[in-house]
Amino acid sequence: MSLVLDDRSRSLLDGASGQAMQLAMRLVVKAASIMGAERLRPVSFAHLDACFYTGQAHVDFIRYLLDNGASLAVPTWTNNGVVSLADPELRPSTEDPQTVSGAAELMRLYARLGCSPTWTCAPYQHAGGPKFGDHIAVGESNAVSYYNSVVGARTNKYGDYLDVACALTGLAPDAGLHRDENRKATLHVDCTALPEAWRATDVFAHLIGHHTGRLSGRRVPVISGLPPSAGKDALKAISSAVASSGGVELWHGAGVTPEAPDLASVFIGTEVHRVTPEDLAHAHRDLSTAQDGPLDAVALGTPHFSLSEFGMLVSLLDGRKIRRGLPFLVSTSRVVRALAAEKGWIAALEKSGVEIPVDVCTYYSPRVRGLTGRIMTNAAKWAYYAPGMLNVEVAFGSLKECVESAVRGEVWRDPDLWTSQ
Amino acid sequence: MIRSTVLNAAAAEGPVLALEEPLSFWGAFDPQTGIILDVHHPQRGACLKGTILLMRETRGSGSAPGAIAEAIRLGTAPAAIILSLADINLAIGADVAETLYGRACAILSVTPDELATLMRAARLRITAEGEITVETV
Repeated sequence: MSLVLDDRSRSLLDGASGQAMQLAMRLVVKAASIMGAERLRPVSFAHLDACFYTGQAHVDFIRYLLDNGASLAVPTWTNNGVVSLADPELRPSTEDPQTVSGAAELMRLYARLGCSPTWTCAPYQHAGGPKFGDHIAVGESNAVSYYNSVVGARTNKYGDYLDVACALTGLAPDAGLHRDENRKATLHVDCTALPEAWRATDVFAHLIGHHTGRLSGRRVPVISGLPPSAGKDALKAISSAVASSGGVELWHGAGVTPEAPDLASVFIGTEVHRVTPEDLAHAHRDLSTAQDGPLDAVALGTPHFSLSEFGMLVSLLDGRKIRRGLPFLVSTSRVVRALAAEKGWIAALEKSGVEIPVDVCTYYSPRVRGLTGRIMTNAAKWAYYAPGMLNVEVAFGSLKECVESAVRGEVWRDPDLWTSQ
Repeated sequence: MIRSTVLNAAAAEGPVLALEEPLSFWGAFDPQTGIILDVHHPQRGACLKGTILLMRETRGSGSAPGAIAEAIRLGTAPAAIILSLADINLAIGADVAETLYGRACAILSVTPDELATLMRAARLRITAEGEITVETV
């Protein structure tokens, strides 16, 4: 069967609504053809990744759209940028002026297109987003993974330009994860043999996500043995880690995520991996390129820190000061920072020496790019990408280890954590 | 001659670069230089510019189309990319770059067996219709 288009789609494709809409329709049709879709389906929401500056091509693309009659068909939110529009002082003019001005211009152009300026890689932490069963178009890999898996909305990973094309047309290919038959798991990652106390730690979610992504490639995995108490922060950690070490766009947690009330309802394969403590130790080594030792900075908030994570950070720091001169960055969205500020947490953290940039990516802003040496993070995704992108070595650890290390100025390991494995 | 599925059409020829592991074009690749950055990738440091790039599949973050479009704009991109798992992101990035800059990069898919055969070649020639032939030097 080949793709069947309705009258509106054909009219857009013919250029009746201008060259921008014609390009958008052509991209959606191209994607649908590659995916083998027989039709397009409406989407009700989009989250764009194309506002994240990777070079002049991005600016040229949105300019082309704005100059040629583009208009959004659905509510559209934006991923974080390379720079912060809210905090211009995070853009030191010494650092790559072309990138800094290009990135800011790109963000302004997407706001001009009519996007809601959320500037976050964790849009699911904001109110008013998509719900279970909604068909949507999302670009950022961790958000795709979270919306599909934890919210139960339906999207494929619509990367740069195709995300914008879906938002402009209000359409997506009726294929892939929009369809029931592709949402079942073919790989079972079984954690039930691991000590229960260990499975409830924050570091476990990152490590099992990293390990599962490695095992899965682009398949849909189901993880069993996640604690029923696994909260949104743990589910965020798994969602982002499986999408970094692997190409996972949907995963299930048996008894935890909404489409997997139990293992049998989602698992249609035969491949089972029984996770051992050695597997997780291996994941930890994989994510720690640095030996333990003197610490140069801490980078948290990949994906963007949630309100509850701010609560935990405040309580772990407990009013203590970060070691003098040690950068401690916590990236989040302007919406979440405002909520944390209302609780008095931002003032408390800043008093301790914590910086809280908004709008920006945790490993691409000029501020972060200035970091060198041994950096500690609690995020598998940051640990996975940073050594290749920045001049840093990474020590991966729990949130508590990050805090204690920052206070001491050197990497501190939690004896309770690593011996109870 | 192998007849591929055309994801983005362009004629191309060049030396084969066969990747042992999937590559993410964003975060693991530098469009300014065309070089693989990913410390986890066994071919870190390899330059993709002008090659016929062969790999099973891509992986990673959602910014790959922008990275390939930027590489095409800067002239650091592969001349063609041949996969055994069709990739929309690369096809879209190549299409947009062609719309904006009039420069083409072929994106093709073949079967895993065909990919294994092509990976043993030194140079490949590709037609705009997606026909792939091994060039004898």
